[in-house]
Amino acid sequence: MATRFTQAGSMRSLAGSSVLLAVAACGTSGGEESTDTSSGGGLAAPDLPMLQEVGASEDELNILAWPGYAESGQTVPSVDWVTPFEDKTGCQVNVKDFGTSDEAVSLMKTGEYDVVSASGDASLRLIAAGDVEPVNTELVPNYADVAEFLKQRAWNSVDDQMYGIPHGWGANPLMFNTDEVTPAPDSWSVVFEADSPYAGEITAYDSPIYIADAAMYLKATQPDLGIEDPYALDEDQLAAAVDLLEQQRANISEYWSSATQEVSAFRSGDTVVGTTWQYNASLAQSKGTPVKTVVPKEGITGWSDTWMVATDSEHKNCAYMWLDWIVSPQINAEATEWFGEAPANLKACDLASDENFCETYHANDEAYSEGIYYWNTPIAECLDGRTDVTCTDYSDWTTAWTEIKG
Amino acid sequence: MTAGAGAQVGLPRRTLLRRSSAALHRRPWLRLGGLLSAPLLWLGVAYLGSLAALLVTSFWSTDTFTGDVVRVWTLENFRQLWVEDVYRTVVLRTVGIAATVTVIDALLAFPIAFYMAKVAPPRVQKALVVAVLMPLWASYLVKAYAWRIMVSESGVVDSVIGVTPGFGLVAATLTLAYLWLPFMILPLFAGLQRLPDSLLDASGDLGAGPAFTFRSVVLPSVLPALVAGSIFTFSLSLGDYITVEIVGGPSQLLGNVVYDNIGAANNLPFAAAMASVTVAVMVCYLAAVRRTGALDNL
Repeated sequence: MATRFTQAGSMRSLAGSSVLLAVAACGTSGGEESTDTSSGGGLAAPDLPMLQEVGASEDELNILAWPGYAESGQTVPSVDWVTPFEDKTGCQVNVKDFGTSDEAVSLMKTGEYDVVSASGDASLRLIAAGDVEPVNTELVPNYADVAEFLKQRAWNSVDDQMYGIPHGWGANPLMFNTDEVTPAPDSWSVVFEADSPYAGEITAYDSPIYIADAAMYLKATQPDLGIEDPYALDEDQLAAAVDLLEQQRANISEYWSSATQEVSAFRSGDTVVGTTWQYNASLAQSKGTPVKTVVPKEGITGWSDTWMVATDSEHKNCAYMWLDWIVSPQINAEATEWFGEAPANLKACDLASDENFCETYHANDEAYSEGIYYWNTPIAECLDGRTDVTCTDYSDWTTAWTEIKG
Repeated sequence: MTAGAGAQVGLPRRTLLRRSSAALHRRPWLRLGGLLSAPLLWLGVAYLGSLAALLVTSFWSTDTFTGDVVRVWTLENFRQLWVEDVYRTVVLRTVGIAATVTVIDALLAFPIAFYMAKVAPPRVQKALVVAVLMPLWASYLVKAYAWRIMVSESGVVDSVIGVTPGFGLVAATLTLAYLWLPFMILPLFAGLQRLPDSLLDASGDLGAGPAFTFRSVVLPSVLPALVAGSIFTFSLSLGDYITVEIVGGPSQLLGNVVYDNIGAANNLPFAAAMASVTVAVMVCYLAAVRRTGALDNL
């Protein structure tokens, strides 16, 4: 389902900066276990060749993107980095938006798309299925300027071979209505605990990956469970997370799966508190809804997105041109500032319209970045390195999510 | 093409036409086949074929990590459907909602249809038919979103009666009952029109009160029409997932599970197995109502 927004005010000034600064404090807590995730281990990637040379434009490019990642002036006329790309390369662009990573994986299987902006909970699945191929970073000149701590990570590479070009990264903060929710929450307990004062007015993200948010909360509140990495849950740990989410469900007003849906529920007052993206918060603020975002003390999940090239793409030259275009300083600045996330290309910092842009989103702050629990694909071989148990994989999470919703 | 050229090709074409028409005249089966092949192809391939594909897919499975379909026969999907409580709950909840929607629609539709068929003067009757059909012209989504706004916290329902059911199954049932009401009124209206007024008069002359007349004269004769309407309301509710998505809050129905398994979980075989439950429920329902003669009233 394509989600397009019409939006008046500028998103840029609305970054919720005061709140995001707060994460620096808790940013170090989760840092130590994510540092060893250098490259996707335990994953058998099909042996696929990568492009050796970028040739002439094929005149067409089909993009599968998160909303706000490939803007062609349809949302706001001035927000447009697709048309200049078309003019420059001759590649006619078709954009399809997706709302969840699962939707992206399933759409990529149709073979209709040439490039995709995949988050960490989709990228490994796409790699394993052979739906995307390794990316020859030498053919993407702007890759050199990408922050080093985004290169060769578990969610975008296998055995040090990059499978895409980093786009940007950000977190899933807690959004609340400042009129209704007082005092301002500093803990995820307002959305998870049964006795939350906002029972019946809570929202949550409608995807199995949201189980990780519950696991992260349990990691902080119930150390006995021994959760290290919220994406590496054995059966008991998953069961505990499911219990917590079932308890939460009784208090849920509705689950959101698109930005518009969440914003409309916050505007009407049906929802007053819940997980969000900075994009949604900015959208709600630009429509006059009194909302703020915070980074709760238990930590925060987030995403780090990667542009990947479809194996069966017939427009690979255009695909590489797009990869280089979207991560070029100017365009990366426009795209990530529009969405409200940290840019991958650090040269984008100086080109953003808000001079504090990169500080606000900690773009150059490796410690902050490491403090986020990035969306990752749960697999049977525990991501936290445990070998004495088998972890639950994504299909277990999917089944669990159906059970949680009841 | 010039006129001369047209005259040149005109002759052979006419004989070809005449020859084929003669051939068709000699072979009636060819005539019939030519006439029916397109609709039969549609029914056989596009309609029943897709159902067959659905059934076949439900016996396959997916690779849990990559999401690719594994074409090996297995009953695993149906085992899961049976073993896991959540799916049984969802199926029962869905059938329950479809039945509730049908009952609400029947109760609302009968007085309206009766007034339209038996009481209203012809001009009012025509206006009422238009009024009943009118909502069908508006988009389904617009109507569902209208209900979302109405039942929301600061919506019309809240401000008029002081309380709102909020997003949830009650709102979903109300919205579905609203959406499918015309599909109940129209068959009932047609059924009541076929009921001769003289029967009602005769019943009254023989001393029966309105309640008795309704029970022993009206109801039996419009029962097939009522059941015909219920087939629409029941089956439309059974497969719906968008309304629940919009006004159903955190609840999920059968259609949502199918949708989530296609969109989110990317598990087509399980979605197919789940969807075949809908087909099975409908087949049972149709088999049960066949004897009422409702199928002749659709």
